[in-house]
Amino acid sequence: MTDTLIHVVLLITLPPLLPGVINKTKAWFAGRKGPSVLQLYYDLIKLMRKGMVISTTTTWIFIAGPIVTLAAVLLAGMLMPISGFKAPIAFAGDLILFAYLFGLARFFTTAAAMDTGSPFEGMGAAREVTFACLSEPALFFAFLVMAKLSGSLMLTCMLHTPAGGFSSAMVAPLILVSIGLFVVLLAESCRIPVDDPNTHLELTMIHEVMVLDHSGPLFGIILYSASMKLFVLGTILLHIVLPLQAETMWMNWPLFIVEIIGLAIVIGIVESIMARLRMCHIPGLLIAAMLFCGFGFILLMRYSQ
Amino acid sequence: MQPMGCRSLTDNLDNIYMLSVQMILVAIVVLSLSGLPGCLCSSRSMAGQRIAVFLMVLASLTGLGGIAVWLKQAAVSALSVPWFLPWGQFSVTVDAISIVFLVPVFVVPMLGAIYGLRYWRQSEHPENGRSLVIFYGLLAGAMALVVVAHDAVLFLIAWEMMAIAAFFASTAEHDYPDVCRAGWIYLIATHIGTLCLIAMFALWRHETGSFALASAQGVSTKFAGTLFVLSFIGFGFKAGVMPLHVWLPGAHANAPSHVSAVMSGVMLKMGVYGIVRMTALLPVTADWWGGAVLTVGAVTGVAGIAYAIGQNDIKRMLAYSSIENIGIIMIGLGLALLGRSHSRPIWVLLGLGGALLHVWNHSLFKSLLFFNAGAIIHACHTRNIDRMGGLAKQMPLLMLLFVIGAAAICALPPLNGFASEWLIYSGLFDALGLDGTAGFPAAAIAAVPLAMIGALAVACFVKMFGAVFLGAPRREMANHHGTLPAGMILPMAALALGCIGVGLFPMMTTTVLDNASKTWASLPGQTASIASAAPLKWITLMGLVLVAFIGLIAFALKKHTQTRIISKAGTWDCGYARPTARIQYTGSSFGQMLVRLFAFILWPKTARPTTGRLFPELAQFKSMVPDAILDRVVTPLFGVLGTYLPMLRVLQRGQTHLYVLYILVIVIILLIFSGIGV
Repeated sequence: MTDTLIHVVLLITLPPLLPGVINKTKAWFAGRKGPSVLQLYYDLIKLMRKGMVISTTTTWIFIAGPIVTLAAVLLAGMLMPISGFKAPIAFAGDLILFAYLFGLARFFTTAAAMDTGSPFEGMGAAREVTFACLSEPALFFAFLVMAKLSGSLMLTCMLHTPAGGFSSAMVAPLILVSIGLFVVLLAESCRIPVDDPNTHLELTMIHEVMVLDHSGPLFGIILYSASMKLFVLGTILLHIVLPLQAETMWMNWPLFIVEIIGLAIVIGIVESIMARLRMCHIPGLLIAAMLFCGFGFILLMRYSQ
Repeated sequence: MQPMGCRSLTDNLDNIYMLSVQMILVAIVVLSLSGLPGCLCSSRSMAGQRIAVFLMVLASLTGLGGIAVWLKQAAVSALSVPWFLPWGQFSVTVDAISIVFLVPVFVVPMLGAIYGLRYWRQSEHPENGRSLVIFYGLLAGAMALVVVAHDAVLFLIAWEMMAIAAFFASTAEHDYPDVCRAGWIYLIATHIGTLCLIAMFALWRHETGSFALASAQGVSTKFAGTLFVLSFIGFGFKAGVMPLHVWLPGAHANAPSHVSAVMSGVMLKMGVYGIVRMTALLPVTADWWGGAVLTVGAVTGVAGIAYAIGQNDIKRMLAYSSIENIGIIMIGLGLALLGRSHSRPIWVLLGLGGALLHVWNHSLFKSLLFFNAGAIIHACHTRNIDRMGGLAKQMPLLMLLFVIGAAAICALPPLNGFASEWLIYSGLFDALGLDGTAGFPAAAIAAVPLAMIGALAVACFVKMFGAVFLGAPRREMANHHGTLPAGMILPMAALALGCIGVGLFPMMTTTVLDNASKTWASLPGQTASIASAAPLKWITLMGLVLVAFIGLIAFALKKHTQTRIISKAGTWDCGYARPTARIQYTGSSFGQMLVRLFAFILWPKTARPTTGRLFPELAQFKSMVPDAILDRVVTPLFGVLGTYLPMLRVLQRGQTHLYVLYILVIVIILLIFSGIGV
């Protein structure tokens, strides 16, 4: 019960820290002082206090977009286990619900973008749905690998390290899968090299351009759910990359917080040393991610024969 | 006393099942003939259509009443009557598989007829209204007869009635050349399929010794394989499996919308029924059956939805999306076939259960979307989504219904598409061999194309939704009716409620699906039901939690913003001085990246303007995605046939004695052959 409570508290409070850490890392690389790591919290508080400007072109879909997205990501966060603990909600087959919740969020986010009638937002929506068509197969290849390794269809069991640790034969598929998943993570949470959250040119953006017209509390919800999505996908990746377990169970919580901040620093480093790819090269990157996960699956099948 | 009581109880049950078969037969007769009384009424009045709709509703409710008995418990009830034909007999059987397919047959055409009362008023279409009503009813009745026929001859008669009725119903507006062309393509395609079926049933008769569609587990492996391939091709034409789908987009797009709904929502499923029925009767021993169906399903699904994204005709998009859904059903069926050949009851349960549930679900949301498309076309007077836009402001209720249908077809929780795809996914993941049992990992890979289909479906329906309903109108509405008539809204609302109901409470369907799975195959150790193989109650719970989350967040936001200033302004135009509705992203531009990504399947055609001179003249850019199979394979092939086959006309002299001579020559040749054989 306490663990569930801690899970929910972390899921709700921790995500806005991650973009702050990423930005601090980038600032450090650029030799700047940079905004505080808590900047997104300040932004959220400020946005929630503001009023809203709503376009006259829009309908209820415009408001439903952020709401449904937040609900879907929140539920996905409840399905995802943290560290060695059981997820608050776990049942056989929850991995499919997990993936389709992001589909639900995507449907309503892109529909809300189309609702404004702005050509830029349509552009962003088109890119979002296009790239998802390539990252989704990669995610499912990774799921196949994890399901085969654990013999379970429950995220909690799939992602938990087996008692004796992974056998050395499983290392190669897992490395391939984690590379693939890392790319999926960057694409789904709209980071460099797929999307640049700091850009100011509408023509080159994906996620930010879809939400140009949202303001005030609605925009706050969007920023918050975007950071939560990063948190959820990052936690999934951590299970595979760092299957560490502390001696005492409660120590896993602080360990996890250190790990997820570490992941944010890594993303920050990637963003500092890479440029955003040209839009036409992004499908190539995502197909590569799919191939990494696919070859991981094939290797695993070879070993498990 | 005890045994006697028992016997009278079973007698009673038998009577109930017999009664239900009779009710279904009455429903079939009344449905088929529902349009005839209208012939006595004026073709310019509504009377004929009203009578037909009344009869159809009555017949469908009778049929559904007959089905109701079966929803709790499975049984097999047969009825056979001798008839005047030299072969076969009038023999019908209702079992759990028939029941699954009878439900959409009785639900969708009934709702379509009610919808048609407003959508295709006979008084406004005196030239074709009467024949449309007649063939619409006949189509519904013939489909019900296909599902219960227990004799190959009766089955083929019903099959042909269905094909012909669909031809006449879908070519109601045969004055337009497009409609005519689509109709002819459909007629040719369906008859090539029927030819395969005739060959298949002839072989069937040869092997089993009768035309009865009874279990034929004793058939030799070689013949079983041949029968399977023939039936898969024959029924595949009707179901719209790639590459046999060529007739489907045109026929669906050019038919009146309620006919499209019935064709797409129900008639395609008759092809699925044929495959399910034949595989139930034949012994499934080889892996290649399931492997082939699974592969064809995955290809059909991905290619179907990729084509849908390339279209800009709303009904062609929906038609291609039907092909995609047939692909999903085939993936489930392929897994079930592998379950048979591997003796894994759980794959049969989840694969077939998911496929059959998807048959229901697709008939719900696809009919909803076709009805919706009809209302949209009514308002915009075009089928081209790039010329629509901003319909949401005029028809908010229609948009709500569209959102439900679109989210359901994208398999988004908490709607019904998710429930059936979730079952199929669970089965596919189980094929990995999770609990240490030997699996069939190659089948599990089908989960990846299924995921891709899901993502592409979101792209397709966001494109359609955005282009039709959202943004600002791209041109003035020629003649928009402020509100839609209730007669069009109610059938859609009923279907939308069905989508929500099945999505939130999929447990309700498990009894029927379990029974159908047991009828389809009885494997050793098969005791489990779908409910125990996949925790469906979690779907209910999660759906409710999701709805609660959305409600809570919306409520909190509403409370929170009550005291804030909410102002209205135009959409942010990035400083552009004079934005117009025409600069909005159209459906074509929305899909352009994906079309280019899938160019290796789609072969898109573009006509680029050449802008050479310093002051370019007015130029046009065109892009379209025609059907590659129809355009690049079928049409050239038939062109070649059309050039060379007329050479055979020299044989056709029109003189009787010459034909008698041909007969004589052939008999002599046959005699010589048989002489050599002996």
